Amino acid sequence: MLIELSAFDLSLAAVLVLLLGLLSGYMKLGIASQLYIAAARTTVQLLLIGLVLKAIFASTSFLFVVLISVVMVSVAGWEILSRQKRKLKGWWGFGISAGSLFVSSFLITILCLFTVIQADPWYHPQYAIPLLGMLLGNTMTGIALGMDRLVQTAWQQRPVIEQRLMLGDTADQAIAEIRRDAMRSGMIPIINSMAAAGLVSLPGMMTGQILAGAAPVEAVKYQILIMFMITAGTGFGVITVLWLISKRLFDDRERLCFKRLLKLEKDAH
Amino acid sequence: MNLFSVRQLQYFQCGPVDIEIKAAECIGISGESGSGKSLLLRALADLDDHQGKIMLDDIEQHDICAHQWRKKVALLSAETQWWFDTVAQHFTSLPSQQLEALGFNQDVSDWSISRLSSGEKQRLGLLRLLENKPEVLLLDEPTANLDKKNTQLFEKFVLNYLENNSACAIWVGHDVQQLQRICHRRYDIDNGQLVSV
Repeated sequence: MLIELSAFDLSLAAVLVLLLGLLSGYMKLGIASQLYIAAARTTVQLLLIGLVLKAIFASTSFLFVVLISVVMVSVAGWEILSRQKRKLKGWWGFGISAGSLFVSSFLITILCLFTVIQADPWYHPQYAIPLLGMLLGNTMTGIALGMDRLVQTAWQQRPVIEQRLMLGDTADQAIAEIRRDAMRSGMIPIINSMAAAGLVSLPGMMTGQILAGAAPVEAVKYQILIMFMITAGTGFGVITVLWLISKRLFDDRERLCFKRLLKLEKDAH
Repeated sequence: MNLFSVRQLQYFQCGPVDIEIKAAECIGISGESGSGKSLLLRALADLDDHQGKIMLDDIEQHDICAHQWRKKVALLSAETQWWFDTVAQHFTSLPSQQLEALGFNQDVSDWSISRLSSGEKQRLGLLRLLENKPEVLLLDEPTANLDKKNTQLFEKFVLNYLENNSACAIWVGHDVQQLQRICHRRYDIDNGQLVSV
């Protein structure tokens, strides 16, 4: 049996988000506007996709699937970039985040479609789009966290990094510990959700399948598959991003190169 | 080393700077705050962008990796940084002889970084830097936070090192008497140019 949600149910939840924003404004935590924009976007975007999803799943045009995937990867790359406090100048920021999403989510989705799902045709949108979506949605969180942590910490610890360079460390050695911290930040969400799965949280996809009448064990198998793919995707994505950015933070003479970062606007975020 | 030579060095809005320093020599540089003394040392250690030719004997700066250069041409900045918890973690070894020469006991190795005074950090920073056996020492106001006794220990230690390792040093400082005491030649930085004193 499916319990339908009324407009009242949704507005109740919306009031909670509103209160959170007000509290953050009162405490000058500066997250309110971002929070409201994200909440509004989630409403509009989900409603729109709910309307067209049926049509998307019905189509089997390869070009159409490619087009949607490219849009999804670009938007996710853009979102990663806009979660960054300090961004790389020019196209580097977007290039690195979208590139790492491509390596992680995109390639892993394709691998999974070919070897595990084996739909006919292999790019069948009913499988390809939700799979890519789930991977992107989760890996972009890890990548955004790892990237932000790396650049922020490097910025704050500039004297320590330069001290290590003065002592003859290579650029790689000088930033190794910061990179390790950033890797941990990026991976904590997914490691948490794997560790808590089943005991603390019932993952959404699995619960949804069971609610819709699928056999629990089948739903669980799918969930494990997805979890592992998300973990691998996040891990490879974060590693790629950290590697590329730490390269970009130094020039060819192993000097810190913060002039490659955009200047912080006074009251950004 | 035999000769550390700097030709037509330009960095930021400063220069051109020419210097030649022989083994066991120590030269002093003074100048007003903001005259570019620290930036000069940073350029020599290849930490900032610059033009010109910097040679250590027959090795040009850009012929070797930057981190190898910085092991040979070592900069002791005015404020040293420490990132582990204890002193010992920053060293591969802490010979008691050297510690004593700089006025420390052996137990300094167990000290936590947070209890070090700025003067202690400078002296330990020197020891840490010398672990690489640098051939050129770039010292940026190294005794600014030291009392008289420790300043003398520090000077003696550096001069001994230069002598025993045929290294050379550039000593940046404000104390003219000190520079007269320890340096073979002295320069002033004026309008980004080195002027012999």
